[in-house]
Amino acid sequence: MSAMRRLIEPKSLDAMSPLGALLVYGALIVWSLVVLFPLYWIAITSLKLPIHVSAGPVYLPFVDFLPDLHAWRYIFVDLGNDTLRPYLNSIVVALVSTALAMLIGSMAAYALSRLEFAPRLGSILLFILLGALMIVAVAGFGVPWWVAAAVALALFLLLMRAAGRTMRASLGNGDILFWIISQRILPPVVAALPIYVMFQTLGMLDTRTALIATYTTVNLPIVVWLMYDFFVTIPKDLEESASLDGASRFAIFFGIVLPLARPGLVATGLLVLILAWNEYLLALFLSSANAQTMPVLVAAQNATRGPQWWYMSVLILLMILPVIFLTLLLQRFIAKGMLLGAVKG
Amino acid sequence: MAVTSAAHVTAAPPERESLHDWLDRQAGRLFILPAVILILGFSIFPLIASAYLALSRFKLAPGGYTLTFIGWFNFKKMLTGSQQFHLLGTFGAITLVGWVTILGTVALVVWGMLRYVRSGRATVVGWIGRLIMIATALALAVLFAVNLGEGGQLGTIATTMFYVVGGVAVQFAIGLGLALLCAKPIRGRSFFRVLFFVPLMVTPVGIAYTFRMLADTAVGPFAPLWHWLGFAQTSWSADAWTARFVVLIGDSWQWIPFIFIVLLAAIESQPRDEVEAAQLDGASGWQIFRDITWPSIAPVAATVVLIRAIEAFKIIDLPNVLTNGGPGIATESLTLHAFSEWRALNLGGSAAVAYILLFLSTITCVSFFNFLVKPMREGRA
Repeated sequence: MSAMRRLIEPKSLDAMSPLGALLVYGALIVWSLVVLFPLYWIAITSLKLPIHVSAGPVYLPFVDFLPDLHAWRYIFVDLGNDTLRPYLNSIVVALVSTALAMLIGSMAAYALSRLEFAPRLGSILLFILLGALMIVAVAGFGVPWWVAAAVALALFLLLMRAAGRTMRASLGNGDILFWIISQRILPPVVAALPIYVMFQTLGMLDTRTALIATYTTVNLPIVVWLMYDFFVTIPKDLEESASLDGASRFAIFFGIVLPLARPGLVATGLLVLILAWNEYLLALFLSSANAQTMPVLVAAQNATRGPQWWYMSVLILLMILPVIFLTLLLQRFIAKGMLLGAVKG
Repeated sequence: MAVTSAAHVTAAPPERESLHDWLDRQAGRLFILPAVILILGFSIFPLIASAYLALSRFKLAPGGYTLTFIGWFNFKKMLTGSQQFHLLGTFGAITLVGWVTILGTVALVVWGMLRYVRSGRATVVGWIGRLIMIATALALAVLFAVNLGEGGQLGTIATTMFYVVGGVAVQFAIGLGLALLCAKPIRGRSFFRVLFFVPLMVTPVGIAYTFRMLADTAVGPFAPLWHWLGFAQTSWSADAWTARFVVLIGDSWQWIPFIFIVLLAAIESQPRDEVEAAQLDGASGWQIFRDITWPSIAPVAATVVLIRAIEAFKIIDLPNVLTNGGPGIATESLTLHAFSEWRALNLGGSAAVAYILLFLSTITCVSFFNFLVKPMREGRA
């Protein structure tokens, strides 16, 4: 009887009963297997010969089959530069676009959390109208795009001066924030084609710059959303006293606010970095040979002979490793950062 | 000290001060300008351009292409014309379950409206927003009912909604469960935490191919199991629903970590003393969860579901790689639909599908934000 009770009841408040602990560990270990098994399968597939894959499943290296490094040799030696280039592209594109998105996004988020903006509704409608007219003129009537852009800009400035004052209705910070966040709803497939045409017109297709610019914008809404929530939670006293000391907004932002928001910056940055590192659809549209990134290379292993699982597995492993390393490095920031971003509003 | 430095600033030379002042006055605009310009260039411009494209026909011509303005034709073709089966699915006779779905939605809508009228905070804008939402909800309910009816088939809209609603529900349930487990005072928590985070880092294309390997009934790792169960000859990819569920499993494997990590952080910040007091009073685990944990994590939960739903609408890699949208169009999401139209050089149709997706996801996400996330974050519901 007492043995039974000891099994079910916890010894103290914080500890669990042995039975409870067993159940918790059981569940956690089951899920660990769910997480690990696909990764294990990728790892051993990268060591398999084609025959080991096509003849039915083999599970244990050295027991079921003799591991072979042919896929690794192919990726590193035979492909050589054709692997290295996408890898470098991915690194450069992911890092630079993340840095830019973090910088631009945090600045916007900070401004929205501290200052009042009131853009006129009239000027926004005017802007959209002129933008639509410009696109109709370029696409429908063959006007060169730079002529249309110049005319539209001139008209915008003129009409703003003339009519801007008469319309009083204006939007607030909440509206701007919502507008920026809502850009994340935009499915990439809506934007991909016009962006493709835009870069084609500028002669920038298949360059890293094009990918960096696109990724920066695509991830900007996430940065603004999460960082806004962070900045709101940072008390304003420090900034106010610094401002009285004569520090400029820029000095305050870079010297005081950003260091205080470090957990948020790290967590948000890591999330954005992972998104940029793994992005596939836009890269497929915007890059061919020069600026090809790793996800596109992975998909490219699905050749006419069917998917080359062993090469694919090597590439996937190459893509996961640096991110895991980075996550382990920044681990302690992540939980803290994710939380603040999502809780406070 | 602050006062003296303020005095120092006023005493500074006028030119320098005016520059300083000017910068400071413009600081807000300078801070927000880069973001606005980028978004205008890469989101608003493509949005308007896509709208034009959706209303025109694209044709390759010698030395380039021609765009002909054809009005609503692209939309008409998909909503009522020859491509209706693709987008909206095949309509069947509504079964009992279908009627229950429709009536349930109607009842929910009526209840929500009554509550809104009684609250005394009804406004014109509020009504317009609610009417759009009601129309969409009813249309989706009817669509599901006729698609699931006898002889009906799901179109890309219904399939996408299945991925969004089903996927987010599964991922939230498992993510919350894991977070609750990992929040318990056990040894090795941080190990599990890092491990469970890993799937999020794998590129979706890679996950798609990995699950294609794993789900192979002939040479995949579970082949002996299928054989033993007698399924060796049947293929999951030949049946619409099993194919959809395989896509859902792959998607869940990747995204459960995201919900898990955010909810875990939220659970760990719940008021500890309240939990301890409840434990002293002999409250059960379920009571603690219902009365303390859930209220404190609900706002985060709503936000994380919203973020996840926004991304879920864009699903393409998994169905594209796992099943190529098949069997037939059974696993095709709206993004994949738009992508395949694009590959077939039907750019107008592609843009039209993309616009329908944008419309659907905007209404769903904005409604969710306004009626669930916002009240929860403001602590009203």
